Amino acid sequence: MQYYEALGLEPKLALDAEDLQKRFYERSRKWHPDRFSRAPEVERQRALDITALLNDAFRTLRHPVPRAEYFLSERGIQLSKDVPPELLEEVFELNMALEEIRGGDESARPQLDSARERFAGMQAEIDSGLVDLFDRHDAHGDRATLDEILASLNRRRYISNLLRDVVALTNDKELNVHLSN
Amino acid sequence: MSTFQIDFGESQSKIVGIDLGTTNSLVAVMELTGPRILSGIVPSVVSATETGEVIAGEQAREMLITHPEQTVYSVKRLMGRGLADVGEELKLFPFRLAKGSENVLQLRLGEKIMTPPEVSAHVLLRLKNDAEAALGEPVTQAVITVPAYFNDAQRQATKDAGRIAGLEVLRLVNEPTAAALAYGLDKRKDGIVAVYDLGGGTFDISILRLHEGIFEVLATNGDTHLGGDDIDHLLMNIALEEIRNEWDEDISGNPGAVQVLRRAVIKAKEELSFVPQTKIDLEFHGKRYQREMTLDVFDRIIQPIVDRTLGPCRACIQDAGVKVEEIDEVVLVGGSTRIPLVRSAVEKLFRARPHTELNPDEVVALGAAVQAGILAGDVQDKLLLDVTPLSLGIETMGGLVSKLIHRNSTIPASATETFTTAVDGQTNVLIHVVQGERELVKDCRSLARFDLKGVAPMQAGMARIEVRFLIDANGILNVTAKDLRTGKEQSMDVKPSYGLTDEQVEAMILESFDKAHQDLTERQVREARVEADAVMAAVEKARQEDAYAALNEAERAAIDRAINELLVVYHSDDHTLIRDKIDGVDQATQSLAEAIINSVAERALKGTKIDD
Repeated sequence: MQYYEALGLEPKLALDAEDLQKRFYERSRKWHPDRFSRAPEVERQRALDITALLNDAFRTLRHPVPRAEYFLSERGIQLSKDVPPELLEEVFELNMALEEIRGGDESARPQLDSARERFAGMQAEIDSGLVDLFDRHDAHGDRATLDEILASLNRRRYISNLLRDVVALTNDKELNVHLSN
Repeated sequence: MSTFQIDFGESQSKIVGIDLGTTNSLVAVMELTGPRILSGIVPSVVSATETGEVIAGEQAREMLITHPEQTVYSVKRLMGRGLADVGEELKLFPFRLAKGSENVLQLRLGEKIMTPPEVSAHVLLRLKNDAEAALGEPVTQAVITVPAYFNDAQRQATKDAGRIAGLEVLRLVNEPTAAALAYGLDKRKDGIVAVYDLGGGTFDISILRLHEGIFEVLATNGDTHLGGDDIDHLLMNIALEEIRNEWDEDISGNPGAVQVLRRAVIKAKEELSFVPQTKIDLEFHGKRYQREMTLDVFDRIIQPIVDRTLGPCRACIQDAGVKVEEIDEVVLVGGSTRIPLVRSAVEKLFRARPHTELNPDEVVALGAAVQAGILAGDVQDKLLLDVTPLSLGIETMGGLVSKLIHRNSTIPASATETFTTAVDGQTNVLIHVVQGERELVKDCRSLARFDLKGVAPMQAGMARIEVRFLIDANGILNVTAKDLRTGKEQSMDVKPSYGLTDEQVEAMILESFDKAHQDLTERQVREARVEADAVMAAVEKARQEDAYAALNEAERAAIDRAINELLVVYHSDDHTLIRDKIDGVDQATQSLAEAIINSVAERALKGTKIDD
């Protein structure tokens, strides 16, 4: 888990945002290429490599979702691209509404707005659920919790794609954007 | 007189900070008291004379009117760009392209043909010379500012310009970030700052978090083809139309007349930042054109330009992940932010009164000098963490882009991808790198094609080549590749989509380097002569003193001999020789000088007594 190492951290899912920022700034002050502009080539290259890793690490770990994705992938667990089964019906109805709008039937438009709200609500729910799951996994380090996190992340990724498409559609009268499955 | 020879060991020359602007350029340096501008504003205009000499600055700006065909301005708009994407520019600006502009634009200045980096190099060379004159020492290293929204090719072209001018470019720093450094807002308190930079040809918006001397850019956005130039064109089009009606003559085809008009509208535009009403007033070949322009009308004309800055501002706020209310301060940079409508638009959007204390023309150069101070180790308490403005990706199947490094990632940033072969026995792997936010390759900016060569022939999918993409602190892409099976570095050919090859830059350097050297030598000779004049004048004056009369024959002869020797070398081109003989005069007059100083001191002491 080199991203955690780069910031001098134990690999935990729950991280304190302020502490993370502080560590990032401290290490940036020490290793940024600006501090080595007149140093020998070897040292310059080293500073560049360390800082690039540090920046990549901070960018990945600062937000819970990419952090958890990184954590899982380092454990050899990949996110799935399938539609989470519990969302199948939702997606089916949404596609119907979109077909109607494409066919010129504007009466389905309010459905888009409510779908948008629903998806945003689901996303917020998953996010708050992740907080608990992170704490639980950090305490027990069990595979079952990790699987739950994986399921949440799969669901979240799919919902955020749906949300992005619905937002694009509500903003786009031409309706030339397709829902991606 | 005796001089001290002090060995400073690793005494290092100064790093200058340069604002290479669309309209004007400036050079500054960091001193103990803070950053200082080293020379006046140098117009970013370059002209080639009939004798083949190339000049940059005010003189070149005058040539715009007298010799428009030999002169170019606003060349920053062409930096790092290809023939395909300068169509709009060519309609609006009097750029004359020469043959062979397919890969790198070739500009015609009279008989001379130059690429945009070479033209910029002449502006840089002029700044370098100014800085050397002001500092009295050679300048070889610089920090140069670029618009935050400049892409890889535009940055590379700027770096090339530096190299051609004989400058080692230690860092490219984004203009809005430089401005934030110059304001030293970190001294006041921690917080979120927005920098709105509307210059002659480019627009940038950056949002930063300041924390104990760290300037962390959260997001940046902009438009590298939006600025004061566009306002000038709107006004010029109105005037051209009216002139056609009034004079029954179309002057748009006459480059000299167009430049006279351009100057007149710029004057009117600038006046409208201070008065509510003015005139566009010009005379050409005995004909006069005058037009009243009120601020109201002006505002209506430029509204679309001001509106075009607002979209990037909103996108930047969103990308930064902050709310408008969280932005504590707004800083205005660039000459175009003097326009009242721009100020009120910024105030309305950010709901804060913007900072305008520092001269918007100077603030970027001052910030570049601060960054130079950081690099030199003179400024320890500040650090800039900047971002890449555009996402970096590679072409995948079906002309799609796979993003590797997202926009607004803190730089240096890196990404690693493993590539393999698609058919049995394949020995090359081609990687096409693009920059931009769109999904399709054709909608993004092609940066370069990397050809991984000499892959050992084997079954399809067996080769494993790890490619590392690294955007450095200048925002420039570096690519390295490793064969994972052998652990050896993988060789590759790089074909940049736009811009000069290393060899081309190399060939251009020598030319201007010689000239720079010649310029420096000439100045050193001139300075040595000035000093010789002063020394000889001082000796002539000393001959009137009592102390001179008190000298013995041999001492007087020694002085005469030293003066004669100085006169002999006075017109030589070797400044060291002149300095040598100046030292000779100094030595011959040492006892005389001491005697004079003593008598002066005596007189001064007596004077003190009388005053008491």
